[in-house]
Amino acid sequence: MSDYLIFFTTILAAGVASGTPVLYATIGEVFSERAGVLNLGVEGMMLMGAVTAFRVSHVTGNPWLGLAMGILVGGLFSLLHALVSITLRGDQVVSGLALTFVGFGMSSVIGWPLIDVRDAPRLPAFDIPLLADIPVLGKIFFQHSVVVYIGFLLVPLAWFIINRTRPGLHMRAVGEYPAAADALGIHVDRLRYLYVLVGGLLAGMAGASLTLAITPLWIEGVTAGQGWIAVGLVIFAGWDPFRAAFGSYLFGAIRRLPLDLQGAPVLPWNLHLILRDPLLNYFTNMLPYLFTIAVLVIGSREAMRKKLGAPAALGTPYIRGERGV
Amino acid sequence: MQSKKLWLVLGLLTIIALLIAACGGAAETPAAGGEEGGAAPAETEEAPAGGEATPAEETGGVSIPEPEEGMFNVAFVYVGPIGDAGWTYAHNEGREYLEANVEGVHTVYLESIPEGADADRVMRGLARKGFDAIIATSFGFQFGMPEIAAEYPDVAFLHVSGFLKNDTNFGNLFGAMEQAKYVAGMIAGARAKEDGSNRVGFIAPWPIAEVIRLGNALTMGVRETCPECEVDIRWIFTWFDPDKEIQAAQSLLDAGATVVVTGADTPGPVQAAGERGLWGIAYDSDTSCSAAPESCLTVPYWNWGVAYAQFAEEVKAGTWQPSDWYMGAEEGIVGVLGITKGEFPDAVPDWVIPLAQEKWDKMTSGEITRFDLFTGPIYDNKGNLVVPEGVTLTQEDLEGLDQATIDSFGLDREACTICMNWLVEGFVPDAQIPAMPEG
Repeated sequence: MSDYLIFFTTILAAGVASGTPVLYATIGEVFSERAGVLNLGVEGMMLMGAVTAFRVSHVTGNPWLGLAMGILVGGLFSLLHALVSITLRGDQVVSGLALTFVGFGMSSVIGWPLIDVRDAPRLPAFDIPLLADIPVLGKIFFQHSVVVYIGFLLVPLAWFIINRTRPGLHMRAVGEYPAAADALGIHVDRLRYLYVLVGGLLAGMAGASLTLAITPLWIEGVTAGQGWIAVGLVIFAGWDPFRAAFGSYLFGAIRRLPLDLQGAPVLPWNLHLILRDPLLNYFTNMLPYLFTIAVLVIGSREAMRKKLGAPAALGTPYIRGERGV
Repeated sequence: MQSKKLWLVLGLLTIIALLIAACGGAAETPAAGGEEGGAAPAETEEAPAGGEATPAEETGGVSIPEPEEGMFNVAFVYVGPIGDAGWTYAHNEGREYLEANVEGVHTVYLESIPEGADADRVMRGLARKGFDAIIATSFGFQFGMPEIAAEYPDVAFLHVSGFLKNDTNFGNLFGAMEQAKYVAGMIAGARAKEDGSNRVGFIAPWPIAEVIRLGNALTMGVRETCPECEVDIRWIFTWFDPDKEIQAAQSLLDAGATVVVTGADTPGPVQAAGERGLWGIAYDSDTSCSAAPESCLTVPYWNWGVAYAQFAEEVKAGTWQPSDWYMGAEEGIVGVLGITKGEFPDAVPDWVIPLAQEKWDKMTSGEITRFDLFTGPIYDNKGNLVVPEGVTLTQEDLEGLDQATIDSFGLDREACTICMNWLVEGFVPDAQIPAMPEG
C-alpha cells in the first residue's frame, strides 16, 4: 500500500500547488462579497494580472516586480467594477461580466508580443527547512513555490481581519445591513470601494502566481475558467477563508486526479486496471464542474444560503434613504 | 426577491461559463490540431485596401478582407488564435514563409474561426471577394469545402489534415510528422538511458489515428536507442489546455519518467520538466524550445511554408492538381531541431547525435519513408503480433481510414486492414487507448 501513499501524497501536493491561484482569487472574492459587492469579473482580473506579471517579469528580469505589477493591475482593473456598481449603482452582474470580457480581450492584446517569448523569470521555489522533511505532510505542503507559502499566510490573516478586527466588523456590517452601518457613521461606499479593490488585488495576485509559478507561460486565456471556479468556491466556502483554502486545494487535486489514475499503482485482483482505464477520464474530468454546479445549486436555495452565511446585502447597491434589503 | 433572481442569473451564467470552458476541448474536432475556438474576433493582417469604396463584407461577425489588385491573393483560415503558440502559430509561420519566398503573393489570414457554418461563410466570402487560393487549416473545416469548391471553380482550395478533395480545385495536405517523431524518440530514449530511469512519458491529446501513429513512431525511436526503455502515456482529451498539459507532464514525471514528450500544443510540459532538472521534447513549432532551451532536448516541428510555397507556385502556373498530398521528410515539411536547424543542448548525449543524424539523413534521402517505419514484424504493447514480417502498412492503415468513414464520405480509397488503433511494443504493457467521444 505504500505505493498508494506516495500516489495520494503526489496528488495532494499537486493539488496544493495548482489550487493556489484559485485560492487567491477566492479569498479576494470573499472580501468583495463580504462587503456586499458581487464581482463576476474575477476571470478578467486574473488574466490582466497574469499577463502584466509575465510581461513585466520578462522585460525587467525581476519576477518580484512582475508580481507587484500584476497585483496592482488586477486592483486597478477592479476599480472599473467599483465605479459602475457602487458609484453609478449599475447592475453588478452585468458590470462584472463586462469586466471578464474586457479582461480577456485586453490581456490578449497586451500578451501579443509574449507569444514568441515564453520564458520569463519565475518566482523561486524552495523547500521549507525541517518542515519539508516531515513524512507525507512535508511533501504535500512544504516543497513548493513561494506563492504557495504566501497563500498559507494569507488564509489565517484574511480570517483574522474578517472576524477579529474592527475594519473587518465594518466590512461585514456594510455587506449585511448597509443602512445600519451608514447610520453608525461608516462610509458604506468608501468601504465597498476598498474591498472591491482588495478583491482585485488578490485576483491580480492569482493571475500573477499562475504565470510566474504554477503555469509559467503566457497563452491567451491561460486561466481557463479558474476565475469562475473561484466565484463558485466562495459559496462552497461559506465566505470563510479556511474553507476557501480547503476547497481550492481540493479543486486542484481533483483536476490532477484523472491524469494520475492512468498510472495508478497495482492493486490486488487487478482492480488497478479499472482505475487506469482512460475512459474513467470522462467521468473524472467532469468532477470539478459537477462540484461547482452542485455548490451553486445548493447555494441558490434561500434557506441554504442563510445557513452558509451569505452576506444579506450581496448584490444590491446601497442608496442612502432607500429601504434596505 | 430581487436577490433570488440574482442568484438564478449568477447560477446560470456560471454554468454556461463552465460549459464553455469544459466543452472547449470537446467542441473542437479532435483531429490534427483543432484548436479551441476562442472568442477573439478575427483579425486581418492589413486593413482592406480601398475600404471606403467597398466596405468590408460582414460575414458572421467577421469582416472579410479585400484581395490586392494585381497580386496572387491567398487567404488563410485558422481555427485558433496565432497566440496559441502551437498549431496555428506554425501555420502562420508557413504563411509568412510563403509571402517572403514566392513573388507576387499577397496573403491575409482570419484567425479563431469556429468550425462549421461560420467557417463556411468565411470561405464563401473570401471566394466571392476574388481570392485566388484559400487554405484552411483545421480538420473540421473540410466538410463544407466540397460544396464551396464546386460553387467557385476558379478558386483553388487547400485543406490541411483532412481527407476530402475533388478532381479540379480542392485538395488536402498533410505531412509525415511520424518521421520527425521517430528521431525525437531516439533522442528521448538516449536521455532516459543515461538517466537510468529507462522511462519516457508521452502526452497524448486524443485517441485518434494521428496521435497514435505519432506516439508509436516515437516509441519505436525510443526503443532503437534504449531497448529496455518503456513509454508511459497520459491521455488529456484536448489539444490546447496549458494547465492540463503541465499537470500531465508532472503526473508522468511523478511516475518516474525523466523525459516528457508532448503531442499537444504548448511548451508547458517542457518547462515543467525543466523545473525539476529533467527533460522535455516539445511539438509543432521550431520556436517551441525557446521556453526552456536547456531542458528542451529537441522539437519535431512543422514546416508548412514549403508546402504553401509549392502550392502557390503551382496554382499560379496553372499546373496544380488536387490530391491527397502527403509530404515526407525528404520534401522538408517536417524538421527536427538540432538537426535541421539550431543545435542540440548539452543534455542530449553525444553518442546519440550521429545516430539521429544518420537516421534523419536516410529519411531525407528517401531511404527510410514512413512506410519503412511501419514494416513488420511489429508487436503491440500486449505482446501480440500486429504487423507480420514482410508486411508494410498502407497509407490508409496509417490514417486509420476505416470502411465506415470511407462509406459516409464516399471516398475513393481502400479501407484500412491493420488500422492504427494499437499501441506499439515499448509502451507500458497496461497502457490503453480509450474510446473516442462521439460528436
